[in-house]
Amino acid sequence: MDWGYIQNVLPLYGKAAWLTLRTGAAGILLAAIVGLLCAAASHWRVPVLRRITAAYVEISRNTPLLIQLFFIYYGLPKIGIRTRPEACGILGLAFLGGGYMTEAFRSGIEAVDRIQEESALSLGLTRTQTFLHVILPQAAAISAPAFMANVVFLMKETSVFSAVSLMDLMFTAKDQIGLYYRTAENLFLLVGAYLLILLPLSLLGSVWERRLRYAGFGT
Amino acid sequence: MPDLGLEVLWKGKNFARLLGSLWVALRISLIAALISVAAGILLGGLASRKQSVFSVILRVWLGIIHIMPQMVLLFLMYFGTTRAFGWNLSGETAAIIVFSLWGTAEMGDLVRGAVSSIPAIQRESAEALGLRPFQVFRFVILPQAVRRLIPLSINLITRMIKTTSLITLIGVVEILKVAQQIIEANRKASPNAAFGVYLTVFVLYYLACRPLSLAAKHLEKHWG
Repeated sequence: MDWGYIQNVLPLYGKAAWLTLRTGAAGILLAAIVGLLCAAASHWRVPVLRRITAAYVEISRNTPLLIQLFFIYYGLPKIGIRTRPEACGILGLAFLGGGYMTEAFRSGIEAVDRIQEESALSLGLTRTQTFLHVILPQAAAISAPAFMANVVFLMKETSVFSAVSLMDLMFTAKDQIGLYYRTAENLFLLVGAYLLILLPLSLLGSVWERRLRYAGFGT
Repeated sequence: MPDLGLEVLWKGKNFARLLGSLWVALRISLIAALISVAAGILLGGLASRKQSVFSVILRVWLGIIHIMPQMVLLFLMYFGTTRAFGWNLSGETAAIIVFSLWGTAEMGDLVRGAVSSIPAIQRESAEALGLRPFQVFRFVILPQAVRRLIPLSINLITRMIKTTSLITLIGVVEILKVAQQIIEANRKASPNAAFGVYLTVFVLYYLACRPLSLAAKHLEKHWG
């Protein structure tokens, strides 16, 4: 292990880790929004939209992110839709994650007792108010573990971004190994960087889950 | 109607090549799945006994698998171990090893979960009847756990098939690589081939995974 070399490339890995974090966070945020909207559409049984979201969930969950990215990045420009690499990564992650987030939120919403909704409606709350103030807070507690699992999963999925020429951690490692043949140092840095990003996320997820379980939510 | 570049598929053997290369991906996941199911049942069975070393091993192993992206694990196997131990691994073998390590941990966890969901009285009664620990597991616990395990393991296999798309990045010639070759070869004749070919790859992956996840959902509802 050559520590001088590691010190030299550390800034490169810092930059790459920042890119992974940035695109990952943006993609996950978008995925959560998409998931929430789709879950709401399926909860309210919006006529046509419900069918579309169901099909979307099936498609996004049954295809790999790498293929989705290739299609967005290399396929879509041929019919005039062009995206920059970073936007492509975020878009792909949002497309994949939206499906998973929909399922997480939907199962949470379904778990909330039906009487909650009926009571809220009979108290005169509108359907939107009922959803936002009565159902969602309870569903959120139930969905939290699945949501956090999805966050970790999606963060891990960013490791294929290098395929659409994003200079993320994988790209940097492969590049450096190719250039200098320093396999051990680069794999060490690669694993270290992913540990730094994913370990706190995963720990946060399990702490949160335990708290909710002891609080008696979602039982 | 814009040119979607779909006509490339019908030139020569392009479509057959694409299907054949999907088989490379499916074969890798099937081999890894078989290894994972066998090893996972063994590991999960051993880990389900209280205070066994195996439950600690499984926990640590699962922790590593859960935190590291599969892409990183593939890199470690393909570039790391070959350099460290001086052996030679083809991309395909490296992928099978990584997927088996991943699948065994996950399967082990599923088996442990399913086994612990079976009432203790089942084991106690079997032991009282004089069955040895292995016999208890093989003839009493496992048959009851199988119903819960089948849909969950189908889901695992579906995830494996999706993950095989990564192996193109460690140099295995599979569907994405063949798709690239087809697009490159027809760059002049059909410049829009990228759209049609990648769309086809997308659809093929969907067709490979959708029946499996449908079956898993159905069984879960039926048996759950």
